[in-house]
Amino acid sequence: MLVEMIGLTKHFGTTKAVSDFTVTLQDGELTSLLGPSGCGKSTVLNMLAGILPPTSGQILFDGEDVTNLAPERRGIGLVFQNYALYPHMTVLQNITFPLEIQNVPREERLQRAREMAQLVHVDKLLERKPKQLSGGQQQRVAIARALVKRPRLLLLDEPLSNLDARLRLEMREEIRRIQQQTQVTTVFVTHDQEEAMSISDNIVLMKDGYLQQQDAPQALYNNPVNQFVADFLGNPPINHLYGALKNGQFVLEDGSAAFTLPMDVTAIQAERPLVLAIRAESAEIAQPGEQAVFDALIESVYTMGKEALAYLKVGTQEMRIYIDPDEGHQAGENIRVALKQRGVFLFDRETEARLL
Amino acid sequence: MNAKTKAHVGTLLLAGGFLLFLYGALTIIVDNAIAFSTRTATAATAEPRINESLFAGLTFAGIALMAIGLYLNHSWQTRRVVGRSLTYFFLTLGAVLMIFPFFWMFSSAFKTAQEVATFPPKWLPSRLSFDNFVIAFAKADFARYFLNSIIITASSVFFTGITTILAAFAFSRLKFPGRDLVFTLLLSMMMIPFEMLVITNYETIALWRMIDTLPALVIPFLSSIFYTYILRNFFLSIPDSLYWSARVDGASNWRYLWKVMVPIARPSLVTILLLNAISAWNSFMWPMLIINSPGNRTLPLGLYVFMTDAGINFELLMAASTVVVLPIILLFLFARKQIINGVARGGLKG
Repeated sequence: MLVEMIGLTKHFGTTKAVSDFTVTLQDGELTSLLGPSGCGKSTVLNMLAGILPPTSGQILFDGEDVTNLAPERRGIGLVFQNYALYPHMTVLQNITFPLEIQNVPREERLQRAREMAQLVHVDKLLERKPKQLSGGQQQRVAIARALVKRPRLLLLDEPLSNLDARLRLEMREEIRRIQQQTQVTTVFVTHDQEEAMSISDNIVLMKDGYLQQQDAPQALYNNPVNQFVADFLGNPPINHLYGALKNGQFVLEDGSAAFTLPMDVTAIQAERPLVLAIRAESAEIAQPGEQAVFDALIESVYTMGKEALAYLKVGTQEMRIYIDPDEGHQAGENIRVALKQRGVFLFDRETEARLL
Repeated sequence: MNAKTKAHVGTLLLAGGFLLFLYGALTIIVDNAIAFSTRTATAATAEPRINESLFAGLTFAGIALMAIGLYLNHSWQTRRVVGRSLTYFFLTLGAVLMIFPFFWMFSSAFKTAQEVATFPPKWLPSRLSFDNFVIAFAKADFARYFLNSIIITASSVFFTGITTILAAFAFSRLKFPGRDLVFTLLLSMMMIPFEMLVITNYETIALWRMIDTLPALVIPFLSSIFYTYILRNFFLSIPDSLYWSARVDGASNWRYLWKVMVPIARPSLVTILLLNAISAWNSFMWPMLIINSPGNRTLPLGLYVFMTDAGINFELLMAASTVVVLPIILLFLFARKQIINGVARGGLKG
């Protein structure tokens, strides 16, 4: 189902939770609503579900205006962070509950519930009570209950946050599999960028109630529109070097280092305060004779299996880059660093807008 | 003295001290009980009294020995045993105190009029006879009272249950202006003692010309702020996400309440209804004010028949009381787990 949100705004008293939010979700895609806590992503989800009425703006499902439609008439499935299973009902009763409300005949009810239980792999647990299930199993049941009435839109509100690290990975893949098998249009709310990157067709990144950028995960990572997007995605976080351009060179703000950038900077006005953002994998130890290099001192090295993270001092500022652990670089060593083309961005210090 | 002997001596002292304590304390209690029960009889028939100070001394010596024993051997096993013993000692004491009146009632219900009045009292009746029950039931229309009590209790439980569930839902789940203010006002009304409300309630009932009718016994108790408060708090502990899941699935408020909230709140609800049933069954003051004609009496009122100006027929009163108390005791025995669960389990574990 095509979901359009047009100028969606939600105010709680004087707090502006969501402002002028315009986003289109494509049919059959899994879209993540990503952002730090308090960015308004759950508010958007609740407006999609019909739990919260928007202050202004419109929501269209396949072109039909559903802005003021009651939750039960929107044809959505909803999964909460705490699963919200009915504790007094068995797994089977939980899954059949939505069908029971819709007065689906008993035979069909049971058949559809069984099919759904098979899809999410809980068909052996149908007679258990939610308390007798693990967190991952409860989550599967909650997804089955949301899907059994064949919703047009599946809404998942931080569905993995209550699970431990291993289960989280497992359920992430499961949700992806179930979504691709059913082809249901899905909205997945999360604050975990790694989760969003790995699971979604499309990411909607939000901050303070405003849309920042909507794009495919890799496009978002490689081509952020502003510093917030660049900062929010990626682990370890992107490096910041503060400075300005002088005579075509990037000079750190206290002048402690200066070097040429691997891109065309002629369009940027000199002396304008800038942030040079460099992903940890976008810088490497320079080969002799390479262009666009600068001096750095290795402060410490953390080896993590196949790669090592080196903490560098560049002039008076710091950055982290990935190095090859087999080359045996050690703390205290002076090196030369070269920047790659990809994963190096220039942002305006004031507006955080992307310049290059 | 090495540690091992010390521990052994400690254990011995503990055991010995405990026996000494039991012997001393029980002797004093039994002696006093005998003395008390024979106090009106002539001095000649009275048993010679024991030397009380001697046994008090033994009791305290026992306590002292136990203290020394505990000092010598205070390994965690010993401390656990001593702790458990103390717990069970006081629990037993409490249980005996609680059960004794009931035992006395049951036993007296089978005694003859002479046996009830005998000194020293007889613990058990000399023969098992249901005469008292037959006489008591012949003296007043207890079948009628019993029926009245059941009608009052059942309707009170039914209506209170419904009003409590609906009010608790409104005050926890629905949003309307002034909700919390109204609820605070209702709560503050719990401060007014029932005895004060009796006057206005009586006037209302009199105005409605319902004095001496059975409905008048139920109407003032159709709703209960206290039970509403308990159930509302339980409802508040049920997460919002459950409500929204049900709403998204198409359940109305009404359906959500009966299909999800009430079943989840069942332990709390059962406790509330049982408490309500017990208080309705036992209520005495209000029926006494309202009911005049014998045909409308409830069981507690019916017991009044045996308190005449000429004195109290204890054996009949006890027989009738047994019948009055029995349903409540049976109820408790069967629903014990529910009552305790409901009281002990405050929140909802997900």
